[in-house]
Amino acid sequence: MLSLTAVCKGYASSEGRVAVLDGVSLSLAAGETLALTGESGSGKSTLLHLCAGLDAPDAGRIAVAGRPMGRSDAERAALRRGTVGLVFQQFNLIPSLDVAANLAFQARLAERHDPRWQAELTAALDLGPLLSRYPEELSGGQQQRVAIGRTLAARPALVLADEPTGNLDETSGDKVMALMLRLVAETGAALLMVTHSPRLAAQLDRRVHLRGGRLS
Amino acid sequence: MTGLAVLLSHWARHKVQAALLLMGLALATALWTGVQAINAEARASYDFAAATMTQDRLPRLVAERITLADYVALRRAGWPVSPVIEGEAVIGGETLRLIGIEPLTLPPGERVEGNPADFLTGGTILSAAPLDDPRARRADLPPGIAVADIGVAAQILGPDISYLLLTQDRSPQDRPAPAGYALIRPATTDLSQLTESFHLNLAAFGYLAFGVGLFIVHSAIGLAFEQRRALFRTLRALGLSARALTGLLLAELLAFALVAGAAGVALGWLIAGALLPDVASTLRGLYGAEVGAELTLRPVWWLSGLGIAVLGMLGSAGQSLWRLWRLPPLAPAQPRAWARESAQAMRRQALAGALLLGLAAGLLALPGLWAGFGMLAGLLMGCALILPMLLASLTRIGQWLSRGAVAQWFWADTRQQLPGLSLALMALLLALAANIGVGTMVGSFRATFTAWIDQRLAADLYVEAADEADSARLLEWLGDRAVALPMIRTTDGGTGVVGMVDHPLFRRAWPLLRSLPDPWAHLDAGDVFVNEQLALRRHLSPGDRVEQGVIAGIYPDYGNPMPQVILSYDRHRALYPLPILRHALITDIPAAAIRAAFPRMVVQDRAAIREASVAVFERTFAVTAALNVLTLGVAALAIFASLLTLSALRLPQLAPVWAMGLRRSRLAWLEWLRTLALAALVWVLALPVGLALAWVLLAVVNVEAFGWRLPMRLFPGDWLRLGGLSLLAAGLAAALPVYRLARIAPAELLKVFARER
Repeated sequence: MLSLTAVCKGYASSEGRVAVLDGVSLSLAAGETLALTGESGSGKSTLLHLCAGLDAPDAGRIAVAGRPMGRSDAERAALRRGTVGLVFQQFNLIPSLDVAANLAFQARLAERHDPRWQAELTAALDLGPLLSRYPEELSGGQQQRVAIGRTLAARPALVLADEPTGNLDETSGDKVMALMLRLVAETGAALLMVTHSPRLAAQLDRRVHLRGGRLS
Repeated sequence: MTGLAVLLSHWARHKVQAALLLMGLALATALWTGVQAINAEARASYDFAAATMTQDRLPRLVAERITLADYVALRRAGWPVSPVIEGEAVIGGETLRLIGIEPLTLPPGERVEGNPADFLTGGTILSAAPLDDPRARRADLPPGIAVADIGVAAQILGPDISYLLLTQDRSPQDRPAPAGYALIRPATTDLSQLTESFHLNLAAFGYLAFGVGLFIVHSAIGLAFEQRRALFRTLRALGLSARALTGLLLAELLAFALVAGAAGVALGWLIAGALLPDVASTLRGLYGAEVGAELTLRPVWWLSGLGIAVLGMLGSAGQSLWRLWRLPPLAPAQPRAWARESAQAMRRQALAGALLLGLAAGLLALPGLWAGFGMLAGLLMGCALILPMLLASLTRIGQWLSRGAVAQWFWADTRQQLPGLSLALMALLLALAANIGVGTMVGSFRATFTAWIDQRLAADLYVEAADEADSARLLEWLGDRAVALPMIRTTDGGTGVVGMVDHPLFRRAWPLLRSLPDPWAHLDAGDVFVNEQLALRRHLSPGDRVEQGVIAGIYPDYGNPMPQVILSYDRHRALYPLPILRHALITDIPAAAIRAAFPRMVVQDRAAIREASVAVFERTFAVTAALNVLTLGVAALAIFASLLTLSALRLPQLAPVWAMGLRRSRLAWLEWLRTLALAALVWVLALPVGLALAWVLLAVVNVEAFGWRLPMRLFPGDWLRLGGLSLLAAGLAAALPVYRLARIAPAELLKVFARER
């Protein structure tokens, strides 16, 4: 489902070029879940952003669902609309849309809106009473449940989650995590999740650690 | 100082925002001070004229012809009169109003300054006007005026006396005029009263432009306060008291106000300098008021400019300062979610707007120009305050009608942006409504005025002789080649009094707005016509009475700010024995032929008078048009300022949509489209506001200010042009923020998702 081969990424700084990823190779099968751990600033989010096509690698190849990732903005945007779903630590819901519209937004953008599936997700995530509310009126846990529902409503083949429970307390985080893992498993999507927590990482099929720009 | 340095460091990092704040306040100050400078210059000229040209305030005796012998006879009979010879003269290549006075018989308070001996023996013309002889120049006379000893004036204008000033302080009613003379009372209103409405109009525009400029300032300050919330919290947590923090911010704002105020005053000086010639020309054409075309730098003017800048800054920052004062030390450091508080704020604003509209409607019942301007202010501010709520409703409808996810998000997101953009959009609404309103007023006036003047100028030629002998020679020369209709007019007590012969030409040329049956027969029988301004000012109708007789008709008299009465020619002759110098001619003889035969005769053909009248009209509104354009420019700048400052806050809202697959270029297009859509909506909403404004201007303000009630005409072509202009302005204002968004590096958008944010 996801394949990275010798991916490099660096940034220019006042002290010259800083390599963040240095020849990272990785593969993830359909339906598989993988935890990506590492110290702060180790490049976990950068790797996730490259997988999502939000940024382009300096070198190396990335393929999603068997297709190499394009270099153009349009190709990468199409990938995000159709194949990849993102869950952010900051939730990043669209503040101007209510919960119902937020849930449907990405699926409608991908032209895969299925009202029945959305209703199932809504029930599973216990969002029914919140559908007409706006993001600012929700708690952090509620917002993250909406963010997960929004991602899964489009039935992506690959879910990329960046510290999805990082802004939640432990109890809420555990609930959200359990829900996400269950729904990801139901859809058959692959999951790559960035986390600091060994406890959460242990709940996934595999775990890789990023250090000094390389995986271990 | 450390605290102030920390606060000021914000502006070092946000230079564009600082520049916009300074520019907004400087522009607002410039437009206000520019108008103030023009008004101050004009008013100073009126005061100067009133102080120096005191003979205009004395009653005078007029007659068909007054010779030196007549004057001597009256003096011997005990009449305290002083002779004046007055007329237009070309001196040093310039046409001046030459006033020849007799200094020894003028009352003490009316004498010219300087040594009378020099004045008499030298025969020198005393004038501020640029005469050839530098010794003759004097700085204490109004421009366009030359004063000379009566002997000098007689050499230039001829020996006949124009009028005799009654120099003793006694009521003219106490004593009937001598036989063969008419007593003309001085005007009870002076130039400054007459022109007050004109200057009030200008001042209103100045305040409007100032208000629109303050929207930029308010917006920039509000944003700067929001951006620095975390900093304020930190400073408070580190021990800075609310009082000290507010004090530091006040110092910062004052520094900004002084810099922007100084720039604004300088810019205002340039604007006033550019507009003053047009204003001076308008005042000359409309009121006969002479205003110098050069500005004088008055301390009170630039000090008031700085003062208004400080006041404007404090007014704009008041709300933010008040919030800061009440900010608990542990208030959330996150920038305020504008939308969260906006719904309630919008409702409050809309309620205040509705109240203002109600107040404006209530002012309809009150008379007076100030009530008219109060109505205008209430209408404009009321509509501006209601605008955000209306736009929110319209975007809700847009979202409801849309089907696609992006379209629905577009409208929802547009509504989300309203709190940040509402001030700029309100400024745009004000500018557009003012343009539509003033444009409709000017257009209606122009259409009515040109139709009216085409009708009024019915004769082929209009001639004015230098003296009665010349006039008699002309009539003899014309013989039966022309119909010559005598025209006679004077001014009595500030009211123009016209004598008119009953001729089909004048009957056609003088349409009446309201009249008694067979009004011309009434005129012949001794009744009078009055102009609309007199009728409106004194609430007169046909059948009512004025000093000169019963009103038989009321006629339109556009372009004339003075009240006027028409009497039959014979009656005028009986009441005011004046020389007949002016005639309307129905003839085929070309004007050039008459000029060739009578070099001293002023000969004007219909086209020339029409052209001159229309030119006066156009100049009258040239300043208004210029201020209109400037106000629209300021509104465009307000939109630009808001969009630019909001663009930084937009990233967290746009990044998730980008992450979900909407390309940057498409987002940029949508941002541009959003600005255009909002500008288009504001334009649509500005149409009824502008038309209401035009109605108030035509039906209330103009009637109070000038005494003219004009029919309102509609100019859809102008509206479309203005719509295009507003889209262009909004499109240009959005261009830079949109370009930046289209070119933004993904790394910038990714920062939104980074943990450190």
